Amino acid sequence: MSLFSIFDISGSAMTAQSKRLNVSASNMANADSVAGPDGKPYRARQVIFNVDNAAGQEIGGVKVSGVTESEAPDHLVYEPANPLADEQGYVHMPNVDVVGEMVNTISASRSYQANVEVMNSAKSLMLKTLTLGQ
Amino acid sequence: MLRNQLAKQASHFMFDKLDNELRFQQQALSLMSRRQDILASNIANADTPGYKARDIDFSKELKNAMTQETRNNHPLTLALTSGKHIPGVVPKANDQQLLYRIPDQPSADGNTVDMDRERVNFADNNVKYQSSLTILGAQIKGLMSVINQG
Repeated sequence: MSLFSIFDISGSAMTAQSKRLNVSASNMANADSVAGPDGKPYRARQVIFNVDNAAGQEIGGVKVSGVTESEAPDHLVYEPANPLADEQGYVHMPNVDVVGEMVNTISASRSYQANVEVMNSAKSLMLKTLTLGQ
Repeated sequence: MLRNQLAKQASHFMFDKLDNELRFQQQALSLMSRRQDILASNIANADTPGYKARDIDFSKELKNAMTQETRNNHPLTLALTSGKHIPGVVPKANDQQLLYRIPDQPSADGNTVDMDRERVNFADNNVKYQSSLTILGAQIKGLMSVINQG
């Protein structure tokens, strides 16, 4: 338990938030990807955050325990002329909620900033501690 | 021989006094760096579902740490009156009590971190840490000037 563990805590949170940002960016970039490598429309993904505490410790950083695919139904667009349309004339579009992803992006970047600020204050305090008694 | 012993005792006494002089600020500083860790963990886990925000009761913990120090100086060990006695071990007083914050707004994912509150507490803790550092520095400066007068 040292002052250095604060860098681990805030650093892990920054890593986790940037992963969330990456996943959100992938979702938004693929909001119109009708067919992926498997021929099916892209499915929105979400990261899962978990507390990353050492054994016996109650506090700790964050870890991304996994990336899940969204279970939301596909967006259906009526385009009978599209070669990818089904029998009823609907094209299956990815189930990406663009507005939700935008909110996710903003939330992730704000959380990232908060952790950067925590790190900066911790660093300045450590430097001040080093000059103690001089 | 006796003089040597006396000098040894005197120096021991002196360092004990120096230690006593600085102990309060030292305890306060280490407790505040611990609290900084806890608040950083709260801020880091602001988006973790089900995470419960933690904190310590600072004044209570500081009081605890100070009394614990004096207790460590005069430990409650059992007196051994026979060679066959097993020495009694004083149980170590427990570590800081991590408390749970009471949320003033419920959230859907069970997370109780209120970012504003954590940030305010973090800034407050920072300022207190810095003032403790300043006071400790001034104390050391005062002691140094006394030592250098001779």
